[in-house]
Amino acid sequence: MNFFHQVVSYFGDGANWTGPTGIPTLFYRQFILSASVIVVAIVLGGGAGVVFGHTGRGSLVAVNAANAFRAVPSLALLTLLAISPQISLKWGGFLASFIALTVLAVPPILTNTYVGIREVDADVTDAARAMGLRGGQIMGRVELPLALPFIVAGIRTAAIEVVATSTLAAYVSYSDLGTPLLAGLSSNNSVEAFCASLLVILLAALFAVGLGVLQRAVTPAGLRHHRRGGNMLAPTPGVEGAAAA
Amino acid sequence: MLGNVIQWSFITQQWSEIQTDLVQHIELTIIAVAIGLCLSVPLALVAWRLPITRAPLVGFASLLYIIPSVALFAIVGAYTGYIASYLTAEIALVGYTMLILMWNTLAGLAAVPEEAREASVALGNTRSATLWRVELPLALPYIFAGLRVATSTVVGLVTVTVFIGLGGLGQLIQYGFNTAFTTPIIVALVLAVALAAVFDLCLVLLERVVVPWSRSTRRIAARA
Repeated sequence: MNFFHQVVSYFGDGANWTGPTGIPTLFYRQFILSASVIVVAIVLGGGAGVVFGHTGRGSLVAVNAANAFRAVPSLALLTLLAISPQISLKWGGFLASFIALTVLAVPPILTNTYVGIREVDADVTDAARAMGLRGGQIMGRVELPLALPFIVAGIRTAAIEVVATSTLAAYVSYSDLGTPLLAGLSSNNSVEAFCASLLVILLAALFAVGLGVLQRAVTPAGLRHHRRGGNMLAPTPGVEGAAAA
Repeated sequence: MLGNVIQWSFITQQWSEIQTDLVQHIELTIIAVAIGLCLSVPLALVAWRLPITRAPLVGFASLLYIIPSVALFAIVGAYTGYIASYLTAEIALVGYTMLILMWNTLAGLAAVPEEAREASVALGNTRSATLWRVELPLALPYIFAGLRVATSTVVGLVTVTVFIGLGGLGQLIQYGFNTAFTTPIIVALVLAVALAAVFDLCLVLLERVVVPWSRSTRRIAARA
């Protein structure tokens, strides 16, 4: 049986689709882990970024957060939390992975939100102030909408990292699609690893494209012509601020 | 408190092992970024000169970017092998740098002032000469910004190659996890961050040499 047939029969095997180690369960578990991390990171990173950006405080932290955390190996955070006795086995391994992933997801969202808010033309906020809007209203009705494309770009960067790293959560005992993937890699079972990786890629693509659609939808009509084409699949890493300027 | 988390004697006893892992980490990083640069800049130039190729090229790089590296190990490794395959590891790592470097190169080319382009044409340069002598040099600050982002990303990512038997500092992480011993993991984490900082400093210094006229670099890098 050649490789392709083995892959087809893996997906055709009913046993791979049922029970706690079945594809739907593992897919769902990885989706839930990733989605909950992203939601919490949006609240934490986005909230802090909006406040920092509006007040202009904390720029050192906000601007450098994404850079400083980029080189931190996600595997180190995952394993450190997974072997710390207080959290290691809480919620079936969910908590350790959840915390590690959130720590990784907040910085890009924080930095992009901060930069997005700071990029808003001072003339626009001055005009809003002259029209009688107060600080909170300027934040909510002027700065936030204009910064949204940046913010969603940051969320996409974070989401791609989160989905990738949630695959590694399987290594520290939270079972998801990473479980058959890593098992396949370590036992040299290329069919199992290959099939699991296709599912992981499907999940990553769902997040990337879903957030790409969102990014396009939240870009105010007046800003759309500035973006040359845009990229539905992945954000523009490293040049979010510069590219739109 | 710190005594519970870090056992200093481990570092002195296992120094040679730590050194081996660190050297492998540096190797994997430099190879990935160097190949990534050699592929991305020419591809970005093609995408720039032939706009029709831009969408497929950037799309392909985006696909490589969103695929989690362990998944890429499994896909590529089905052909190239899993166990300690540098080829498998580098394909995944290079794939991750492509979008970062291509996009920054394109952004740099797009940021070249129209006046500079016109002046070059007025001096009698052909389009190719303009690209090589004017546009590309002026895009260098962006390319360096991309290199810095790509390098620190790869430093963090190399640890994942432990799942195919390499890993660099990831070896320490795996050892620490298997023995429920925090010291090696913290050593790996600190060394990875320090390594990224050293690479970053080298790139900043290199940029000062290569792009002496650049003053806006700090601004571009800060936004990355």
